[in-house]
Amino acid sequence: MEAIAVREARADEGPRALTVTELTRILRETLRSNPLLGRVLVRGEAGNVQRTPAGHVFFGLKDANAQIACVLFRDASEGLGFDLEDGMEVVASGDVDLYARRGEVQLVVRALTPAGVGAFWAAFQTTRRRLAAEGLFEESRKRPLPAFPRRIGVVTSEAGAVIHDVLVVLRRRFPLADVVVAPSLVQGPEAPASLRAALAAVQGRVDVVLVARGGGSLEDLWCFNDEGLARAIAACPVPVVSAVGHETDLTIVDFVADLRAPTPSAAAELVAPDRAELMAHVATLGAGLLRGTRDALRDRWTALASLGYRLTPSGLRRDVESNGRRLRAAGSGLEAGIRNSLRRDQERLTSLGRRLHLLSPLGTLRRGYAILLRPDGRVVSRAGEARSGDALLVRLHDGRLHVHVEAKEDP
Amino acid sequence: MTDRPLFEDALAALEAKVEELSRGDAPLDRALAAFEEGLALYRRCHDLLAQAEQRVSKLVATAEGLREEPFPEA
Repeated sequence: MEAIAVREARADEGPRALTVTELTRILRETLRSNPLLGRVLVRGEAGNVQRTPAGHVFFGLKDANAQIACVLFRDASEGLGFDLEDGMEVVASGDVDLYARRGEVQLVVRALTPAGVGAFWAAFQTTRRRLAAEGLFEESRKRPLPAFPRRIGVVTSEAGAVIHDVLVVLRRRFPLADVVVAPSLVQGPEAPASLRAALAAVQGRVDVVLVARGGGSLEDLWCFNDEGLARAIAACPVPVVSAVGHETDLTIVDFVADLRAPTPSAAAELVAPDRAELMAHVATLGAGLLRGTRDALRDRWTALASLGYRLTPSGLRRDVESNGRRLRAAGSGLEAGIRNSLRRDQERLTSLGRRLHLLSPLGTLRRGYAILLRPDGRVVSRAGEARSGDALLVRLHDGRLHVHVEAKEDP
Repeated sequence: MTDRPLFEDALAALEAKVEELSRGDAPLDRALAAFEEGLALYRRCHDLLAQAEQRVSKLVATAEGLREEPFPEA
């Protein structure tokens, strides 16, 4: 707008000198309106690094033929996570602007990452030493993962193989848990802030968080060495499992996480209990239930027999013996069944459930036996416990009968 | 956090029933009751494991704050 006004004035009154302010303003507008100059990524060697008392950092970026002035304002420099030094190879992301006071084109840097093995290594060591000195990597800080997570948070890119692999494993192993995906950038200068935001968004909604990324170059994985991200993970209210890159890649995030997994799939395995194992455990409990009940019933049968009860003496004894045999046989069959069910779970377990039911005392009732109960639920096991006129319950497999004792008879 | 019946609660209750029965000191009516309750818990654990379908959502930032939307899986 300013520029147009200047041109109009010139047409009316002849040539007029621009003020310096006007010129720099035009230059600035030109720079800002060029889409090629917004959000650029520039790689170069840092030099002439100067820090102001206010916390801003001025430096230059150069290559063999050119250089450009750069400024890293305090907000951006505080989250840097490594010490920028002269001679360090870096990638800067930011916007090109004109610093009017000095008439200088400069790059306003929003994020900066080390580039090249040497710079990476130096920055990595700086961050690692600093956080280690604060005790953030201590074993005593590591929290156990929940045995049965209800909601599992996954911080990763929503596109690509990693999220797919993680979801496949979680669905297979523990579909009982809900999964909340917090999409994030996982590489580039903006990635640390994006990862921190995703973690902050998801951590209050889940009881364990998985931070994952597939393999990549040193540069690709750099955001997982971000100091701010490491601190956010240390402060996360629920346990965090890291899985960044391949097994041989170690990042700061891996040091600070409660558990480090070699790969994203492995991380999913670590956070989710295994359905097949749980099925087997439940089956074992089912067998234990049966065994306990069987033993309880056998003890009573034995007690009844030894008391010389003679309802139908030989019939009862036969029944005790044949039930004992049946139950023993069924018991060993069950155990074999459970072993097999470790592999072929579902159908087997369903049929196991049916067998359990057949073998239960309810099954015995179905075969024509009844249990006599007092109204308060206690079992009447001796004739001496009932008197003529007593109201009792007869429990059959499919219901109860209310009866009265009409008469008593000794054996 | 979730409206689902909790597997771990049913599992712990089932374990308690098995433990109770294996002590073998309960009166018959109590043992029968424990068996019936245990059987129901056994079925519940089994069904929860067998029938669970995972819910996957993704966090989306909106003007009103964060929202969980179904995660579109390819």
